[in-house]
Amino acid sequence: MSIDLHKDYFALFELPRSYRIDREALERRYLQLQQQVHPDRHAHLPDAERRRALQWATRVNEGFQTLRRSLARARYLLDLAGVDAALETNTAMSPEFLMEQMEWREAVSEAHQAGDVDELEHLHRRLRSAALTVEDELAVLFDDRPDLDAAAETVRRLMFLEKLDQEIDEALAALES
Amino acid sequence: MALLQLSEPGMSAEPHQHRLAVGIDLGTTNSLVATVRNGISVCLNDADGRAMLPSVVRYLADGGVVVGREAMQAQSIDPRNTITSVKRFMGRGLKDVTHIESTPYDFVDAPGMVRLRTVQGPKSPVEVSAEILKNLRQRAEASLGGELTGAVITVPAYFDDAQRQATKDAAGLAGLNVLRLLNEPTAAAIAYGLDNAAEGVYAVYDLGGGTFDISILRLTRGVFEVLATNGDAALGGDDFDHRLFCWSLDQARIQPPSAQDLRRLLARSREAKELLSHASEAPIVCKLGSGEEVNLTVGRDEFASITDNLVRKTLAPVRKALRDAGLRAEDIKGVVMVGGATRMPHVQKAVADFFGQEPLTNLDPDKVVALGAAKQANALAGNRSADEDWLLLDVIPLSLGLETMGGLAEKVIPRNSTIPVARAQEFTTYKDGQTAMAFHVVQGERELVSDCRSLARFELRGIPPMVAGAARIRVTFQVDADGLLSVAAREMSSGVEASVTVKPSYGLTDDEIAEMLKSGFDHAGDDMGARALREQQVDGERLAEATRHALAADGELLEPAAREKIEGLLGELDAAVAGSDVGKIKQALTALNRGTEDFAAARMDKSIRSALAGQKIDQLEV
Ligand SMILES: Nc1ncnc2c1ncn2[C@@H]1O[C@H](COP(=O)(O)OP(=O)(O)OP(=O)(O)O)[C@@H](O)[C@H]1O
Ligand SMILES: [Mg+2]
Repeated sequence: MSIDLHKDYFALFELPRSYRIDREALERRYLQLQQQVHPDRHAHLPDAERRRALQWATRVNEGFQTLRRSLARARYLLDLAGVDAALETNTAMSPEFLMEQMEWREAVSEAHQAGDVDELEHLHRRLRSAALTVEDELAVLFDDRPDLDAAAETVRRLMFLEKLDQEIDEALAALES
Repeated sequence: MALLQLSEPGMSAEPHQHRLAVGIDLGTTNSLVATVRNGISVCLNDADGRAMLPSVVRYLADGGVVVGREAMQAQSIDPRNTITSVKRFMGRGLKDVTHIESTPYDFVDAPGMVRLRTVQGPKSPVEVSAEILKNLRQRAEASLGGELTGAVITVPAYFDDAQRQATKDAAGLAGLNVLRLLNEPTAAAIAYGLDNAAEGVYAVYDLGGGTFDISILRLTRGVFEVLATNGDAALGGDDFDHRLFCWSLDQARIQPPSAQDLRRLLARSREAKELLSHASEAPIVCKLGSGEEVNLTVGRDEFASITDNLVRKTLAPVRKALRDAGLRAEDIKGVVMVGGATRMPHVQKAVADFFGQEPLTNLDPDKVVALGAAKQANALAGNRSADEDWLLLDVIPLSLGLETMGGLAEKVIPRNSTIPVARAQEFTTYKDGQTAMAFHVVQGERELVSDCRSLARFELRGIPPMVAGAARIRVTFQVDADGLLSVAAREMSSGVEASVTVKPSYGLTDDEIAEMLKSGFDHAGDDMGARALREQQVDGERLAEATRHALAADGELLEPAAREKIEGLLGELDAAVAGSDVGKIKQALTALNRGTEDFAAARMDKSIRSALAGQKIDQLEV
């Protein structure tokens, strides 16, 4: 009889199940839900209600983070569709893509070693625009001409880019302290 | 009671029933208590009309304890028994304490947290902090004329789990019901934001006596959303004093002084530092025990140059916070300055240069944290009025993770995640027939476990023997709205479970707290016993009342048998409350709390459903 805490974030946020997302609606709905469930709203109530509020607010945060970020949302869509993207293990990527990755990586590590903050920030921007292209592809593969296998492969590419993004961030942080 | 709150959560069903709640800024140097009176947040003053209580505790040989200004005056005559800046030791082991050589204390390296040896025996930083909190509690109760329902205690945003837990323990020891631990810069943002109806992205730069925090927040229509936070839990005005103290020793060419001299010279250094915020030079004059005299003058520029590296040290966290928030300095609409140390002109200049704008100093940097905490306490206690319908979304400052093979830290929850947050990760066995698995919970950003803070270790035992890699062990991290972590592990095929609230390695164990409370009771005598009884009775009455309202409102959600069971438990609680056995009341409270869990869940779901305007219920009932 109770709402399943663990099912479908799209339904929870009243959004259609698609890759393209109405960010404004997502945020509005997020705040609306947190207004209801946040532990601060239930702090003066008995234990059991406080615990439930904790679970709900946790769930709402999780849902928001999942739907808000492109990569997380794409992985979640695959998950819902029962496609095992075998994300951690299946790394059979095209040689061109892998080559490109190597080049990126070298550029980052050179800039890091040289302590070149400007170059790192430049790489950051280039990477961002590369990621945007991949995200556009995902929109097509999920919403326009659904092809989940191709989407899974594209998701894997996006993961590589996200990893690189983190590496640049870490390099910048390391240079700062 | 609770049903009315389903439509307007957080609002008191009976507005006339005002609950006494306070916000407490437990500072390194100064502590304050504030409350909301007639909708306005005010600091509560001591008998002499002062809001700030120096965070100094002196233990006397006769068993007495002195807190505040009087204790501060004794610091150079009785340095060992007069504890200042105890916040620096909260949740810290001996190896973590900076500048240990210039503290006059006799440390004992107890497991988890240091102890300080005093005439009254070894004291943990938790006990010392509890004395400060007790003093403020008494001040508040005298001023408000009743017992407190609860308190919001502020902590530096960059405090880790051990330091937060220690703070919560101290409040418990002081007899306070902790409504929430609130991050100091967030508290300041609430006070500033509500008073100025601010909208946009703001930075809060909080340099206090012992800690530095930077938080980036987005303020939109009553929502305070922390985007990122960073800082240094061991950097503050104290370090500027210390720099000036070292400079003085150097200039005067004197040997490292005795404990008394050390206190004296440090105090003179601090006075000079504070004077330099208004004057271009300041004297440092001090007669030492040896008869030698220090007689120096320090100029503002000299002081700025010897402390420049400290100021720069605050800017690295600022950059990191901005990057984590995905923003640049020019995206910040205003910079709110908090903490006494932001009065230093060279700090203000560095911040202005960095952000390309003058920081906002139109608020009292000493009081703003306590005032914000009071607003939050008022709301949490259920006194919220319709125009106080704001929402606070905060984050954890440091990543939480587990040790994996090779001493590496695997992040489970990344820093700056909005709380409450939970994350699960699966592990498996690496040997055939393996029946136990050990977990080491750590906090920090570094790759090596040895560079992170160790929070807890625990074991999952009784895993059924299987071939290597067959068991599925799910470890769940849950961080609550106080920013406190609990961890549970479960073997999925057998359901064997183990869990910890992260406490053992740095906080106090429940037994230790019970013991301290007991010794507290022994001192204060029956008075405390009566208070404990009254507190339980109030809790009992409150729960009984809430449950009756819930039954009246949503009774139809229950099967007749379930309802009967709850009514039975309710009767038992009523009977216990009418008696005078604290233990019995506690038992009945727990039983009713447990017994109404499913009911509460059903009611919460109902409220969510009613919130899903236009949403078909059956779509959610998957
Ligand atoms: N006029 C001044 N010029 C420079 N420093 C000052 C001045 N007034 C106060 N301070 C310094 O501010 C610090 C105390 O600030 P505050 O009371 O905000 O800290 P706190 O809240 O106790 O500490 P924390 O927030 O780190 O726990 C002390 O180091 C004090 O010397
Ligand atoms: Mg402070």
